[in-house]
Amino acid sequence: MAKDEFEKREFKVVGTRVARPDGLDKVTGRARYGADMSAPGMLVGYCLRSPHAHARIKSIDTSEAEAMAGVKAVITRADFTNVPASDGTRDILDNVMANDKALYDGHTVAAVAATSRSAAKAALKAIKVDYEVLPHVTDVDAAMLPGAPELHQGRQQESVPEGFSQNVLARSQYGHGDVDAGFAQADVIIERSFKTAATHQGYIEPHACLATMGNDNQGDLFCCTQGHYMVRNTCADILGMESGRLRVTASEIGGGFGGKTTVFLEPVALMLSKKSGKPVKMTMSRDEVMRASGPTASTSIDIKIGTTRDGVITAATGEFRYQSGCFYAMNGALGAMCGFAPYDLENLKSVGWEVTTNRPKAAAYRAPGAPMAAFAVESVVDEVAKEIGMDPIDFRLKNAADEGTKSAYGPTYPAIGLRATLEAAKAHPHWSAPLGKNQGRGVGCGFWFNFGGDTCVSLMLNPDGTVSLSEGNPDIGGSRASMSMMAAEELGVPYENVRTIVADTASLGQNEVTDGSRVTFAVGLATIKAARHAIEIMKARAAATWGIDAEAVEWVDGAAQPAGPNAGKFPPLTVKEIAATMSNTGGPIAGHFEANAEGAGVSFGTHICDTEVDPETGAVKILRYTVFQDAGKAVHPDYVEGQLQGGAVQGIGWALNEEYIYGEDGTLQNAGYLDYRIPVASDLPMIEPVILEIPNPGHPYGVRGVGETGIVPPLATIANAVSRAAGVRMTSLPMSPPKVLAAIKAN
Amino acid sequence: MSRIHVTTTVNGDAVDYLCEADDTLLDVLRDQLDLTGSKEGCASGDCGACTVELDGRLVCSCLVLGAEAEGRTVETIEGMANGDVLHPLQKNFIEKAALQCGVCTPGILVAAKNLLDHTPDPSEEEVRYWLAGNLCRCTGYDKIIRAVLDTAAEMRGAA
Amino acid sequence: MVAVTLWGSLAELAEGPREVEVEATNLRELLAALEAAYPALGPQLARGVSVSIDGKIYNDSWFQPIHEASEVVLLNRLEGG
Ligand code: FES
Ligand code: FES
Repeated sequence: MAKDEFEKREFKVVGTRVARPDGLDKVTGRARYGADMSAPGMLVGYCLRSPHAHARIKSIDTSEAEAMAGVKAVITRADFTNVPASDGTRDILDNVMANDKALYDGHTVAAVAATSRSAAKAALKAIKVDYEVLPHVTDVDAAMLPGAPELHQGRQQESVPEGFSQNVLARSQYGHGDVDAGFAQADVIIERSFKTAATHQGYIEPHACLATMGNDNQGDLFCCTQGHYMVRNTCADILGMESGRLRVTASEIGGGFGGKTTVFLEPVALMLSKKSGKPVKMTMSRDEVMRASGPTASTSIDIKIGTTRDGVITAATGEFRYQSGCFYAMNGALGAMCGFAPYDLENLKSVGWEVTTNRPKAAAYRAPGAPMAAFAVESVVDEVAKEIGMDPIDFRLKNAADEGTKSAYGPTYPAIGLRATLEAAKAHPHWSAPLGKNQGRGVGCGFWFNFGGDTCVSLMLNPDGTVSLSEGNPDIGGSRASMSMMAAEELGVPYENVRTIVADTASLGQNEVTDGSRVTFAVGLATIKAARHAIEIMKARAAATWGIDAEAVEWVDGAAQPAGPNAGKFPPLTVKEIAATMSNTGGPIAGHFEANAEGAGVSFGTHICDTEVDPETGAVKILRYTVFQDAGKAVHPDYVEGQLQGGAVQGIGWALNEEYIYGEDGTLQNAGYLDYRIPVASDLPMIEPVILEIPNPGHPYGVRGVGETGIVPPLATIANAVSRAAGVRMTSLPMSPPKVLAAIKAN
Repeated sequence: MSRIHVTTTVNGDAVDYLCEADDTLLDVLRDQLDLTGSKEGCASGDCGACTVELDGRLVCSCLVLGAEAEGRTVETIEGMANGDVLHPLQKNFIEKAALQCGVCTPGILVAAKNLLDHTPDPSEEEVRYWLAGNLCRCTGYDKIIRAVLDTAAEMRGAA
Repeated sequence: MVAVTLWGSLAELAEGPREVEVEATNLRELLAALEAAYPALGPQLARGVSVSIDGKIYNDSWFQPIHEASEVVLLNRLEGG
C-alpha cells in the first residue's frame, strides 16, 4: 500500500448527504441492539462482583446457589480450565473472571445463569466468597512509589529504571536533540504539572450479549461490539475452542468510542451457556458498566517548554504518567508520542509511563492517551504565548509541524493538514468575535495517528443489477451508508442500488476491530477495490459478448463500452444488462478484496472555544465552539460533521464535569449517570464543524479517518478558555465549579 | 411470588400481561411484549433512553412499575409511525442525520414528539431544556436540535 | 543497509545509538535483523512494535518493502479507539 492511491476525480455520490440504509430501523425502534435479541428457552446471566478494591479470594462456595430453584449454572474461575495462548488474552480472562485476587471494585468473581432475573439475583446473594482484603491504590502518583500496594509481581518491563514499585510496568522515551542546550537558548521557560481524572466513554448502550454454546464445542454469539472478529478470536482463545466453531454476529451498536474493543461479558455468557446447555443472555447495568468495563487512564503530567522572545520553541520536555487500571495498557507512551506531535521541535524529550492501580483495566476512548497529553502540552503552549505577548494561533503557526518536520514520535511527516486547520481557525469570524466580561477564548491543537488493518469486503452483483455489499465492521455511525456510497461511485450506479450489510464472522474473512478511525479509510479502500474487481469481471463479460478483447473495453458511467474506435462499435452494456445475462456469460459476478490496509495517514485538528466563568460559583458555560479538522475527503459530510461535533462534546464533558471518584476504601463513588454527569442538550451551544479536505495520498478518494482526532483538542481548548476567562491557569481536570472557584479565590 | 395481572393499552392496542411486583414498565415492554424499541441505558431515570408516554405524559419507563400501567395508555416508539407513514420527526431524523448509533433515538423521538404536540413553535432553548433528560453520547446534540426545530417549522407550515 | 531509529528507551536497551543500521529489504527482515544484532530488544519486539516507513505506519505487513534510503522508525505498537 506504499504507493500513492489517490487520484483526483469528480465525485457523483461521494460528498453528498444521502439517507442511511439503517435509518428507518433506528427511528422506528426496530433495530436490534445487544440487549434486544432473545432465544427460545433462554436463561439470563448475572455476575457477582467484588465489593473490594483489592482482595485475595480465599474460597468461593457456590453449593447453596447451585441448589436454588431456577438456577441452571454457576461458574467461577475454576470453570475456565484452558490457559489462553496469548499474554494479552490471559489478562483479558483475568479481567472478565478474577483469578486468585479481585483487583478492583466490581471485578467479576462468579456468575449465574437462571430462568429468571429474580432467581439469578437470589442465587448471587447465596454465593459465599471468603475475601482477604488487601491494601489498595488508585492514584497514579501514589501507585508508582516504592512501598505502594502492588497488584502484580514480575510484570515490570525491562525499560523501567530502579526505584519504582512493581506497579510501574513500562517506560517509553521519545524525542530528539539536546533539551538542556535548547533550554539554555530560551528567553522564557514555563513548567507546569497537570492531573486529569479517569473518564468513561459513556456509550448509552450497556454491554449485552446472547450466547449459545453446546457440549459439541460449537457456539453462536450475538453481541454489541466494535469488532465481532476480535470477540470471536478472544473468546475462542479463552474457552480453548477453534475459532471457526464460534460464529459471532454483531448487533447494532449503541455507541462504543473504543470501549467496545475488548470483551467483558461474552466469555462468561458462553461458559454459562456451555455449562447449562441453554442460550444465555447477559446485560450489564449502568453501575456495572461504570465499575467494570474499560474507562480511560487517569494521568499526572509534567510539561516544560522554553521559547525565545520572538516565539520559537527551543526545547520541550514531558513526563506522561498514566494509570490504566489493573493490567498493562499502552497509554502513557501514546501520550508521549502525541502530545507534542503538532510542533516542529529541535529539542524534545517526551517520556510515557504505564502504571497499574486497583481500577478496572482501561480501554481505548477515541484516540487513547492523546487528549490528556494535548491538554497538558497545549496549556503550557498557551501560557508561553501569553507570556511573550503573542497571539496563541500565531505562536502555534510559528512552531507548527509541516511536511518534512521530524515528528515528536520520530518519523518525518509527509504532507499534513495542521497548518491548514490553524489558518482556517485564524481566518474564521469566531477567532475575532468580541468577548464580554468573565469570558475567555481558548484554542488548542490535536493529533492522532489513524489506522488501517485487516479488512475484507465482498461485493455481489444481483441478477437485476443491484448490488449487495458485505463488510465485517459494525456500523457505529453511518459506515454502511459510506460503503454503499463508495461502491456506487466506483461502479457508476445509483446509491440506492447498493445495500451494505455487516456480515457475521462465518461469512467474511478476518476484519480488524472498528477502531483507530479505520473504517471509512480501510473498509472504504477495500470497497473501492472490490468494486474495481467486479468491474474487471464485467468488462470481460462485455468483451466476450461483443467478441472483442477484454483490454479493448473500458468502464464509463456504470457501463462497459468499447475503448476507442478500433475496438468496434457496440452500444454500452450497463451493470443491469451485464447482470441480466451473467448466467449466460459465465455465471455469478462478485468482486472482493482482502488485505491488511496499513499505511493510514495521520490527522490534525484545531478547536476554538469561548467560555464564561461565573466568579461567584465557578460554573463554566460553553458559549461558542468551532472545530477545524482535515477529513481528507468527507464521504458523507453529515456523518463527518457528526463525528467532529460528538468528539468535541465528549471533550467538553471530560474537561468540565466527568470524573471517576474513588473513596478512601477504593470503591467507585459515582457509578451512574446522576453523579457521573455527561453533557446534556441544555449545557451546550451548537458546535460548528469546519471540514477541510486535504487528500490522503494513501486512499483512492483521499479519505482520512475522522473519528478520533476530534476528542484530542477539546480538553486543552476549554482549559485555555477557562484560564483566560478566570484569570488563573487551570491544571486539573475536570474543571468542576468547586475547583474553578478555589482557583479564583487562591489567585 | 404471585404475579400481577395487568390490562392496559399499548400503542392503541389492548394488551394484558402478568408481571412481578418489581418489574418495571420497561421490563414488561421489552421482555414480555417484545417492544424492544425502548432502551435501558441506566434504569435510574437519568438517560431517557426508555422514554414513553403514559396517558400522554412523558415518563422514564424504567421508573414506572409494570403494575402501574393498569387501565392506562402507553405510547412507545413502535407506535409513532402511522402504518408505513413516518412521523415528520422520524423522517427528518433520517434526512438530517440526527442519529449516529441510534440507541438514544427512540427516547429522543418520543420526547420530541410530546414537545411538538403541545409546543408547535419551540425556541432552540426550549428544545434543549425539554430534551435535557435524554442523553446522547454520539452527536453532541447539534443535529438533533436542528432536526426538531426544522420539523416544528415544517409541521407548522403544513398545518 | 537501512538506518533504523529506535525510540529512546529502546536505544538504552540496545546500549547503542538512537540510530542503528541493519541489512533488510522488508519489514520481516528488518525485525529479524534487529533482534539478531540486539538481543536485548527481544522482549519488546516480541510484545510488538509498529514501524514507520517513510512516514506511514505498519504493524504487521512482513513483506512491506524497505529501501536503502527509506526512513525507518520503530514505535510502540499503536492501538486505537
Ligand atoms: S433507562 Fe430509564 S432513564 Fe435510563
Ligand atoms: S446517536 Fe448514539 S447515543 Fe445518540
